Amino acid sequence: MTLLKVTSLTKMFGQLRALDGVDLTVRAGTFHGLIGPNGSGKSTLLKVIAGAYAPTSGTIRFDDINITGAPPFERARAGLSLKFQITSVLPELSVYDNVLLALQSRDRLVSLLSSRTRRILDDKVMAALDRFGLAGRADDLAGVLSHGQQQWLEIALALACRPKLLLLDEPTGGMSPEERRVTGDLLRPIRSECTLVIVEHDIDFIKNLCDCLTVLDQGRVLDEGSIEQIEHSTKVQEVYTSRV
Amino acid sequence: MSAQQSVADESSAKRSGLRRPLRMLPLIELAVLCVIVAAPFALNGRPDLITLFTNIIILSLLAISFDLCWGFSGILSFGQALFFGVPGYVIALVGRDLGISQIWLTIPLAMLTGLLLAFVVALFLLVGRRPTPIFVALGTLTGSYAAERLVSGWQYVGAGNGLSAVKLLQMGSYEFVEGIEFYSLACVILLAVYLGARALVRSQFGLVLAGIRQNEERLAFLGYRVQIFKMLVFSLAGMISGVAGALYSYHQGFIGPGNMGPGLSTQAVIYCLLGGPGTLIGPVIGTAVIELLTYVLADIESIRQFWPVFLGFVLLGIILFQPNGIVGVAVSIRERIGSYGLRRKGAGRQG
Repeated sequence: MTLLKVTSLTKMFGQLRALDGVDLTVRAGTFHGLIGPNGSGKSTLLKVIAGAYAPTSGTIRFDDINITGAPPFERARAGLSLKFQITSVLPELSVYDNVLLALQSRDRLVSLLSSRTRRILDDKVMAALDRFGLAGRADDLAGVLSHGQQQWLEIALALACRPKLLLLDEPTGGMSPEERRVTGDLLRPIRSECTLVIVEHDIDFIKNLCDCLTVLDQGRVLDEGSIEQIEHSTKVQEVYTSRV
Repeated sequence: MSAQQSVADESSAKRSGLRRPLRMLPLIELAVLCVIVAAPFALNGRPDLITLFTNIIILSLLAISFDLCWGFSGILSFGQALFFGVPGYVIALVGRDLGISQIWLTIPLAMLTGLLLAFVVALFLLVGRRPTPIFVALGTLTGSYAAERLVSGWQYVGAGNGLSAVKLLQMGSYEFVEGIEFYSLACVILLAVYLGARALVRSQFGLVLAGIRQNEERLAFLGYRVQIFKMLVFSLAGMISGVAGALYSYHQGFIGPGNMGPGLSTQAVIYCLLGGPGTLIGPVIGTAVIELLTYVLADIESIRQFWPVFLGFVLLGIILFQPNGIVGVAVSIRERIGSYGLRRKGAGRQG
């Protein structure tokens, strides 16, 4: 079943064509990797899908609904969750409160005003933190966590919204090899919970995690297929070898 | 020391097992409450000081309303006096033209006026894809200035002279005259507003406001309709300003164009910044410090002329070197930010 269908998506920044007629289909339950050289449009594509940028043309259908013009909060409520490339946890809130904020995002206004779900959500907050090894830091401010821990907290926030589709933009950026390995271990079990689209430069990380890949180059889809197909794609090899 | 450094130090001290520092905010709140309660007894023979203290209480309400916008929600409202002056005019007109000044009619009317006016302003300034803070600041400032100019030239509302001899506030046949009675009423309203605002900012709704203040865009990606929250808190702040405006109008027996203009709006900003934004008690302290200093120093002949300049430099210094205000001297950043979840023993000490 198709969960996300992007058709002829174009994004212009002035004269710069960051995305040029991109087509992308993501099937429910899969881990889908987006790779490509720097400036190929991977992060832009994720941001357009999540609603951070409005597309210049093209359509985005998510769960059979056209969300092309929907604002970010509507997309989030429909089940799209984005982890930004640059960590954007709320540094002046505690780690606990960051997750609570994500978990209560579907609560009604009256419920928030009366703090009705604070007690109910406590266990869920701690479970989410425990899953990412952050339970011991619950009362610390998010701004004092290490870079790797902030990345995990960011993923925990994105997952706390119980998305159908999780968009991860370079989740291992700036991490040590050990932290990358742990991140892979943390992400693998979420397969049962949601579909994943991940942008990552670390090809080994992607290979160990994803079912299929889409390769972007200069804002266009260069190739797509299984890991094996992409590994043997001459087009992809040409692009990567010509840039090295 | 930067805010981040100080936060990091506190955090590392906590992780290393050091004792959690004493919470200062409740102590400061208690101290202020004691001063407010003791003031009428201490100042019984000084009606001028009772009047001054009543003014401080009323202006504190205005400062708290600004703090809700800026200190807690990141909405830079440079026109908060608009929601103070217009309700002040409304109750003065209702008294003059309809002869109504009963507390259960006029105070809710002032609240409603402030609330609706702020809601309309919010519709213009806060709705839209991404209204920038500077757009909101200039928009509110312009609204405040335009309203001041409008009433300055409108004879029906007294034009530049404003409305004087405002009917006394009544409860049944009882009239609230200037003095202990009015001070007590203002204190009760301040306490109610303070406790209500305190409950709001510490609720799960307050957590959303804290998130909005830090990163509005992030909250939208979590599924929050940020504009609704901003409009709601802006309207509530307008309602609080409305109560303050009504009390001011009744207490002074006068309301004029200057009570809704940029001058008073800027005063509200300064009260809050001096006392400590994002604390609720800070604006009360900031208002008291400025009004008391103004009262004392403006009476000294030799510095009367220079006092406003001196005050300006003091405020500039505080904004530059103590951005967390007077309260920030005693209250740590971690305590000011607070926690919204349930408190768990031992959390934060294992990491």
